Amino acid sequence: MSAVLEITGLKVDIPVSAGDLHAVRGIDLSVGKGETLCIVGESGCGKSLTSLSIMGLLPSRARVSADMMNFTGRPLLSMSETELSDIRGDRMAMIFQEPMTSLNPSYSIGNQLMEPLIRHRNASKDEARKRAIYLLEKVGITAAESRLNQFPHQLSGGLRQRVMIAMALMCDPELIIADEPTTALDVTIQAQILHLLAELRREFNSALILITHDLGVVARVADKVAVMYAGRIVETGRVEEVFNNPLHPYTQGLINCIPIPGKTARGSRLGSIPGIVPTLIGETQGCSFRNRCAYAGPACEIDDPVVELAPGRSYRCVLPEDQLKRQGDETIGKTGSLEAASA
Amino acid sequence: MTIAIDDKGARPGLPSANQITGPTPGQQLRKRIFGHYGLLIGAGILGLIFLMALSAPFLAPHDPYAQSLLARVKPPVWLGGSWENMLGTDVLGRDYLSRLMYGAQISLLIGFAAAFISGVIGTAMGVAAGYFGGKVDLVVTFLITVRLSMPVVLVALAVVALVGGSLEVVIAVLGLLLWDRYAVVMRSATMQIRQMDYVASARAVGCSTSRILLTEIMPNIVNNLIVVATLEMAHAILLEAALSFLGMGVQPPLPSWGLMVAEGKDYILFEPWLITIPGVALFMMVLAINLMGDGIRDVTAPENRN
Amino acid sequence: MSQQQSQSSGAALPPPVLEMQDVTKTYMVKRGIFSPKQPLRAVNGVTLTVRKGEVLGLVGESGCGKSTLAKMLLGLETPTAGEILIDGIPAHLGDRIAISRRIQPIFQDPYSSLNPRKTIGSIISLPLRVHKVGDPSSWRKSVEEILDIVGLPRRVYESYPNQLSGGQRQRVAIARALIMRPEVVICDEPTSALDVSVQSQILNLLMDLREELGLTYVLISHNLAVVEHIATKVAVMYLGRIVEETGTENLFERSRHPYTRALLDSVLTPEPGLGVPDSNLGIAFPNPISPPSGCTFHPRCVKAMAQCSQIVPRPLTDELGHVECHLYDPETRDNTAAA
Repeated sequence: MSAVLEITGLKVDIPVSAGDLHAVRGIDLSVGKGETLCIVGESGCGKSLTSLSIMGLLPSRARVSADMMNFTGRPLLSMSETELSDIRGDRMAMIFQEPMTSLNPSYSIGNQLMEPLIRHRNASKDEARKRAIYLLEKVGITAAESRLNQFPHQLSGGLRQRVMIAMALMCDPELIIADEPTTALDVTIQAQILHLLAELRREFNSALILITHDLGVVARVADKVAVMYAGRIVETGRVEEVFNNPLHPYTQGLINCIPIPGKTARGSRLGSIPGIVPTLIGETQGCSFRNRCAYAGPACEIDDPVVELAPGRSYRCVLPEDQLKRQGDETIGKTGSLEAASA
Repeated sequence: MTIAIDDKGARPGLPSANQITGPTPGQQLRKRIFGHYGLLIGAGILGLIFLMALSAPFLAPHDPYAQSLLARVKPPVWLGGSWENMLGTDVLGRDYLSRLMYGAQISLLIGFAAAFISGVIGTAMGVAAGYFGGKVDLVVTFLITVRLSMPVVLVALAVVALVGGSLEVVIAVLGLLLWDRYAVVMRSATMQIRQMDYVASARAVGCSTSRILLTEIMPNIVNNLIVVATLEMAHAILLEAALSFLGMGVQPPLPSWGLMVAEGKDYILFEPWLITIPGVALFMMVLAINLMGDGIRDVTAPENRN
Repeated sequence: MSQQQSQSSGAALPPPVLEMQDVTKTYMVKRGIFSPKQPLRAVNGVTLTVRKGEVLGLVGESGCGKSTLAKMLLGLETPTAGEILIDGIPAHLGDRIAISRRIQPIFQDPYSSLNPRKTIGSIISLPLRVHKVGDPSSWRKSVEEILDIVGLPRRVYESYPNQLSGGQRQRVAIARALIMRPEVVICDEPTSALDVSVQSQILNLLMDLREELGLTYVLISHNLAVVEHIATKVAVMYLGRIVEETGTENLFERSRHPYTRALLDSVLTPEPGLGVPDSNLGIAFPNPISPPSGCTFHPRCVKAMAQCSQIVPRPLTDELGHVECHLYDPETRDNTAAA
């Protein structure tokens, strides 16, 4: 499977008054055709900046550098703004968290849906209209033809997000980046939207990068997972590997935090990760999770090496795999909430 | 700034669970103020004018009202005048520098007093409308609309023409006319703060309405108030100048800057400095106030949320 | 952690602290500039009892009326009809101040629930000052005690909200709610604005506090996993009605209303390989101004029958709790054949 997007050593630095904020500190990603990669992490871990840097949408004062950042074999970083905007919305589409602010309130749905196709593909209005109707039906919107004349404020949040998805699919992109696409929605609508995304991804065979803080979403949608903490990917692998056999103490901690109905003993204490995320301003040395990690030792202050277990399966920790596995199992024994994941 | 507290078990270089990060709002404000040149320049100029006004009784070289028909329209020192009258004398031979210094008192007095009166009226109306909404809001909005449809200068002129011009009348008229922007801004600011959960929380605790307005709402809208107040102060000063220029404001022989411009206008072709000096002074004061207003708006912008 | 008191056990039930009897809240809303105002029933005849020590989980989609109900419990809104009893005393007869001692809120967003211009000490001590409990010297002591209880260092007393992290702010909000030692705490989505690792800390804290201080919670959430974990009973709200109410122990195995099932199906647990469930709810949340006829849920219901669009389901109460659905009403269920 050839990679649609391949990134190594991506860094994003943002100058702030107190120095340089190293928001993304050297991450490697790759996603292939028909694959879903989930980037999961808490606020401030750099996951959204990663997606914006792929789209080339970061503010100009942010400095992006990478050893390699290829989109279908073409280097993204050396492209001009014109070349980039030809790719954006055409080969690469983005779905944002808040559908109300990402749709323009003064244009009709139809207008906004048809625009990318007309702009990027020189499609005629008629063709664009046909495809817009086709896609609106695909995303489960009834009476698609009449919806074309409606304006964003006439639609509910769930419907707007469906329109956003249809818009992203207009040009049949190779890559869709969805940044917290369901966070603003009700759980019922969230399930529907994710269901739809998964189905459409299969049908259109695009690569999908989904950015979220919700481990539940990751577990159900992802093929591959990258867990981010403080600007780094601390663990990555196929979804079953990461959830059934989490190695990095942060991943273990995160999974332990979530109650699973019917499996976690009701009323039992949930696992938690004490402490707060360190500031990423200035130089940091060693493992940035060490202040919250129960297993941290002196070695953690010096380095957090990447341990590659297999192609595409790695973690960042000084401890060996078997020890981490054992520690993970102990955490499971304590709260019992990991049974589910390994079941 | 980072204060580490209860640092038991913390590892060097990284924050522990119970750490407080970030500066206090006061520290943040100080830092922003000293990084904002517009605000500093504006405050500097205004401070100088303020000093000039306050020290006029001690520093003014001459009596601002003393006429000397022998020394009429003496040019300022850089146009060949003497150091005796540094900025020259006016058409009645009064020392221009002394008049300018006393004039600053009048402009500032009118600016502050008018901005204060209109501030009290406008803030009360705006906060009431924003907090209570409903019928109160309807009434206030209607009053604002009525007020906005009245031409300030014409109404002021008419009133002054009726009751006669004097310093007090000018202050009262401007104070009673310039509350509209306060009301508009305070109304929307209050509406916004009213939505916050801390207001709901204070109500759930059982706080009285006046307590909520004073301790929960006001501290969060006072920055908007200061910004509007500076703008209205500049507005009032300019209006006073305009009224005085038309002869309907402060009456001679009071040394108002607007009056000085009016008195100098007949000589604009022969002695242009007569009109330029008070004109520039007026311009500098209004510019300084506006710079400050903009600066305050910038530095008190809502705290960045992470 | 003690398990919930079983409702069906023979032991005497703890006294009710909160009772809602047929509580209704109607707003008049304008849909356009020229159209007349129309009634919107945000809460439509809710009857619920919360007993001492219980944790009532209130779940439903946004717009179902759960937040309006919470506001009425806090006295921030008055019911249009019906009555709220607090410790047996009707809320509208009680003293506003006295009620606020008994019921306190914790809000969702710790960034908007703390006044940015006040110090933490002044935020937490506000209830003491309003209620004139003790004197200024004792306030600081009380605040420090409560800071210990919620796990914050005493030195935050002089800090401002913007110096604290989201989790720390939520602890401050909890401290403020608890300083008067209320009986009931209304938690409106207390963790949904927080990061995952902080969420579990706050949930653990809430569970500990309940045990230590004997608190009663009304927990409003759209996250059934959270509700299932800490609530003792669950009320599911749809378009202003409680469509099902049952003990949490029944929720998974024996919940009955199709809407409850759909909500449960929508919970995404971190279990890979299960895929995304399709809740079959359809895409349209009905307009609350003109709710569907009959059972208001019928347009989205997978099990809808002919009578569902015509007859409003009766409230049924049995040993499993309360449900409003024709599927469980022996008198109207049999019309199925006609469908």
